[in-house]
Amino acid sequence: MYNRPRVIPVLGIIDDDLVKTTKYTNPRYLGDPINAVKIFNGKYVDELVITDIRASVENKPINFELLSHIAQQAFMPLGYGGGIKTFEEVKKLFRIGFEKVIFNTAFIDNSDLIKRSVEYAGSQSVVVSLDFKKSITGKYVLYAKSGTVKSNMTIPDIISRLIELNVGEVVLNVIDKDGTMSGYDLEIIKIICSMIDVPVIANSGAKDESDFYQAINSGAHSVAASSMFVYFGKSKAVLVTYNSPFNKGGK
Amino acid sequence: MITIIDYDMGNVGSIKNMLEYLGFTDVEISSDQERILKSTHVILPGVGSFDEGMKNLEARKLDIILKEFALILKKPLLGICLGMQLLGNSSEEGIKKGLGLIDFYNIRFRLNNGLKVPHMGWNTIKIINSHNPLLKDLDNNYRYYFVHSYHAVCDDENQVLLTANYGYDVVVGINQGNVYGVQFHPEKSHHFGMKLLQNFLGINNV
Repeated sequence: MYNRPRVIPVLGIIDDDLVKTTKYTNPRYLGDPINAVKIFNGKYVDELVITDIRASVENKPINFELLSHIAQQAFMPLGYGGGIKTFEEVKKLFRIGFEKVIFNTAFIDNSDLIKRSVEYAGSQSVVVSLDFKKSITGKYVLYAKSGTVKSNMTIPDIISRLIELNVGEVVLNVIDKDGTMSGYDLEIIKIICSMIDVPVIANSGAKDESDFYQAINSGAHSVAASSMFVYFGKSKAVLVTYNSPFNKGGK
Repeated sequence: MITIIDYDMGNVGSIKNMLEYLGFTDVEISSDQERILKSTHVILPGVGSFDEGMKNLEARKLDIILKEFALILKKPLLGICLGMQLLGNSSEEGIKKGLGLIDFYNIRFRLNNGLKVPHMGWNTIKIINSHNPLLKDLDNNYRYYFVHSYHAVCDDENQVLLTANYGYDVVVGINQGNVYGVQFHPEKSHHFGMKLLQNFLGINNV
């Protein structure tokens, strides 16, 4: 079997803490990120994404100490996003053991950095993460800096920049779906996937495996989720867990 | 003593991380010629383009050192991803000659069934030569993480260790004498990769 969709936990961090937001606000403290990474390691996750949700908006330095500890424990593909501003930081992320750098704010205000990263590491290692919010008129608006700054890029603008930059993957986030476990926003997945060939990773809103299938059927190449991998039950008890319906083979 | 070749071709930290996790202590990422020749095992990693990889090896004279290590000292060498492709004679990706330590060449994926290039993600393997020490205790349920747009083509079946299917079967594990190559990233493939790296480090001088 080939080309199986990847199922990717996305872990939010603030400083040294693992957190989960709802609609990009109210971060709830969940515990120690290293501990969560060890659990995901033991469950053979396909891939792991670490996002520092404050680095960009609060102009903080990247927490390389924590990221190095994570990389020493995590034997799966690792992506990092959050406050990457310089090419030196990009190189350092690769050096400590991450193979994907993820850009969000830079997509709007520093596309040269993305271009340089693609030249250095190849498309497959460079990811753009898009934060959309659906306006009352039903239009999708792109945001930067953890959902705090609105951009005026239209969807065609976004698509042409993604193609021009030749990035390897796109993560699609929908701010109002974050932490709600109400299913992915299939409409934006369909729109973006119909316009580009680049693999799209659906994120925001997954509650169970049926959402994964819906996202894949809407054109997504792979799926990401947070709440469903860190919460258990209606009361949202913290429980780090993982399951992929696409990886039945292997031990 | 284990050396992971440093020639500025992408992520090497993760290989060191995995080897240290496995308990190997004398592991360095280095381009130091003396250290390389003294090592018991050398790993040639690499992410990037074929010509860039050869250029960076040559600029550090590591092409010569790797040949000495593998052909004269006959110690075990493992190429990973681009590092495997560089072990061959050539690649469609560029015009430079490879290290030529194993007799094969590399071509771009020829896909016409909607599959995307690069081949990125997890894939299972098919074991072609189960007696090879690199594959000890591996089986066809093992899966590995791949990222590549080019793949090896090997005319000598005896050198093929592993294949994987992406549109068609491609060679993803190769061996000639004490030189080994794998297309996937063992360092990013959980215990599947740990097992393979342990096997490699258990191979002694020929």
